[in-house]
Amino acid sequence: MQATLRVQRFDPESPETSSSMQEYQIEAEDHFTVLDCLIKVREEVDPSLALRCSCRASICGSCAMKVNGHAHLACKTKMTAVAPQGEPVTIEPMGNQKVVKDLVTDSTLFWDKIRQVDPFLQPRGPEPEEEYIAPNAAMLNLITPMGCIMCGACVSDCTVLEVDKNFLGPAALAKAYRFVADPRDNADNQRLTMLNEYGGAWDCTRCYECVQACPKGVAPMERIMELRDAIQTAGMPSTIGSRHVDSFARSVARAGWLDETMLAVESWGKLNLPKLISNAPVGIRALIRGKFPKPGPLHHKRPGAENVGRIFKRHEAARSGVAAAAREQH
Amino acid sequence: MADHDVLVVGAGLAGMRAAIAAHRVGANVALMSKVHPVRSHSNAAQGGINAALRGAEDSVDSHVYDTVKGSDFLGDQDAIEFMCNEAPGEIINLEHMGVVFNRDDEGRLGTRAFGGASYARTFFVADITGQAILHVMYEQIIKSGVRSYEEWFVTDLIIEDDVCKGVVAMELLTGRVQTITAKAVILATGGIGRAFEPSTNALICTGDGIALAYRAGATLLDMEMVQYHPTTLMGNGVLLTEAARGEGAYLLNSKGERFMDGYAPKMRELASRDVVSRAEATEIEQGRGINGCVLLDLRHLGRDLIMTKLSYIHEVAQDFAIVDIVTDPVPIRPGQHYIMGGIKTDVDGRTWDDSGQARWSGVKGLFAAGEAACVSVHGGNRLGANSLLETVVFGKRTGEVAFEFAKSQPDDVSAAAHLADAERRLKAILDRPDSTGDFTAKVRLEMGEIMNEHLAVFRNEEGMAAAQTKIRELQERYAKLPVPHKGRVFNTDLIFHLELGYMLDGAEAICAAGLTRKESRGAHFRRDMPERNDAEWLVHTTAVLKDGTPEIGTLPVTITNWTPVARVY
Repeated sequence: MQATLRVQRFDPESPETSSSMQEYQIEAEDHFTVLDCLIKVREEVDPSLALRCSCRASICGSCAMKVNGHAHLACKTKMTAVAPQGEPVTIEPMGNQKVVKDLVTDSTLFWDKIRQVDPFLQPRGPEPEEEYIAPNAAMLNLITPMGCIMCGACVSDCTVLEVDKNFLGPAALAKAYRFVADPRDNADNQRLTMLNEYGGAWDCTRCYECVQACPKGVAPMERIMELRDAIQTAGMPSTIGSRHVDSFARSVARAGWLDETMLAVESWGKLNLPKLISNAPVGIRALIRGKFPKPGPLHHKRPGAENVGRIFKRHEAARSGVAAAAREQH
Repeated sequence: MADHDVLVVGAGLAGMRAAIAAHRVGANVALMSKVHPVRSHSNAAQGGINAALRGAEDSVDSHVYDTVKGSDFLGDQDAIEFMCNEAPGEIINLEHMGVVFNRDDEGRLGTRAFGGASYARTFFVADITGQAILHVMYEQIIKSGVRSYEEWFVTDLIIEDDVCKGVVAMELLTGRVQTITAKAVILATGGIGRAFEPSTNALICTGDGIALAYRAGATLLDMEMVQYHPTTLMGNGVLLTEAARGEGAYLLNSKGERFMDGYAPKMRELASRDVVSRAEATEIEQGRGINGCVLLDLRHLGRDLIMTKLSYIHEVAQDFAIVDIVTDPVPIRPGQHYIMGGIKTDVDGRTWDDSGQARWSGVKGLFAAGEAACVSVHGGNRLGANSLLETVVFGKRTGEVAFEFAKSQPDDVSAAAHLADAERRLKAILDRPDSTGDFTAKVRLEMGEIMNEHLAVFRNEEGMAAAQTKIRELQERYAKLPVPHKGRVFNTDLIFHLELGYMLDGAEAICAAGLTRKESRGAHFRRDMPERNDAEWLVHTTAVLKDGTPEIGTLPVTITNWTPVARVY
């Protein structure tokens, strides 16, 4: 089949300072991946095309790039999946990273963020003579985050990093989770303290882009949610994010639906006067138009709210049971 | 003054383990790799790492003997004993570093069965053991603060007064060429699988270190010993781990028969890799294959086992063969996977003969470890899960010994002339006229195909001679090959050209060694000489570059306790 690739080109050595799109047409076999096509272009059409690739088997993490606007491993992406009718396929370098040349990006920032989470095991006390004793379930649980190949696809598509370079990002947070969830690691407190700060676990907006982009099923966002749980379970100081979670749950458990006013007030903090005052005009306008949600005790219960409350109670009981069992195992 | 005490080239498991070991004993050590360390090909090791750690049932002696037998008695037994003795300690070291090894019900390290092994002594992380260890090793590099030259490509070794004193290398992101000097250099650059097409190996496995050492005067050992893995996918040649068979998968021919019964009645699918690959090739040749493949059948293992212990190969088979291994058998065939041969070293990783007897040619100050090296522990055939073991055991040892050596070395290196030489040579390549119509990928493919045709599972004199002739012809074409892209930044066109040069040198040594060994042993199976001949060929072959061609010789095999017997599985 005929394959058409529109590839973003950028040459730092050319006087042209911006990137441009270049179209290549090649004869591709049915089983070809995007990477097979790019290699064919590089070998037979245009040896100046720069990209990273190595294993061809989605394990080395070299060939993440944007295919039709989203990050993929080129070696894991079949042409038939992205261009079933032989449509042109758009290929660009990963997002949220500086482009060095064509599809090659500078990974310095990526690794800087990984380094920030102290990405190495910090066990308690002196090493035992033999292995650490650890439940297999805990080790199996770690295989999901250990499956991360550091390809950068999640970072490329992260919508928070696009607007806030201070965010640690999905890859570094998933890496942090790998240690927080490791029963051998004893640095949870300092890790969670750091992750509870600005740029940490609470800055994810749960947009799911990283889950979608991850080629290895690491689902970084879900790991971030587990970090949030760990932060709250550890009793870390509350943040706007954790108060948001608490307030959300409280109002739904009580009334069966969301108390939007209290959600805002409690998330900012009831004593956060500057924030309350600066948002007052919004509240007043809503009030004038009759759209101000009634807060607190005035927030009426939905029919059947008691049943919702029971679901919460049952869940809490199950959770504390699990926590007690975990404590026993320690 | 030298930039470093020890410079490690290659940042896979052997290289990083060497750097960590040297760092721990106080060396100013640096890592250098043409890719980021976590992109290294150690990633692709799936099944596990061997050690006789569970004393009650298993023993180091048993591990040693299985390895000796697996090697078809070509492995040096002192080296094998060293490796197997160190193995249990290294598994514990890895576990302490943070590797998330599978556990048993008591929360202790658990094992799985593997090919050619008398006991289940393979420690593992699902079917991503290499990746899981590689990433943990890089965590340790981050922790240690060891300097890491990432995406630097080595063009030359700096040799002064017959001693290796560093490298000339190109930083890919800028194209800048620079010398990095060191009092000891360790080559841990991996294998040369890409000289074959197809291969399970990553595109970076181009035998750079093997060729660099060879060109500098080091000895290559047993280069004819090339492993074909029994279970690789048709098409792109990607690997499906031996752990599949370790967990109980069957091999079936087109009649649905478990044909290994006829070749290795006792070990069946878990006979050593050379035996299984030959059996598959025989079935296919005799018309009991399906489109040049046989079938790997995992259906009876059940979804749960597959998804917890073999999920990566489930993904790979789905992505590349469009087969769901839970419900269907997957077509597989033998494919180039590993090279047992490599740069001749002693047990401490030295490429030169430290006894002062010059029994073999080497380069003082130059060390090697991992697949690039040949100690030799794999002899004629490597057992599955012994390669990860080799990388960490000899990586560690070599890192420590290299620092000891470095301490004895003077701090006197003048690198400027080497830099000028290298730059002149690179410029000459880039200045070549682009008028031949020949190009790098074409020469590389022709090399890969001829090697895969004649240096594969079955060999003979005529075929190997044809391959040798072809490789020489390709070398002549290579000398005139243009590099059309002239840019400095990330010029992979230039890198592929240099890699092709490395591979052609290695391929020539493989052909020459293959033609030399006039018997069948391990992976080197000659149809024209199908018997093992211990009387004449219980020796290593050596290849040393003399006037541009390999000069072939032999070295004795070290035998300590185990005298060769017929190999039956």
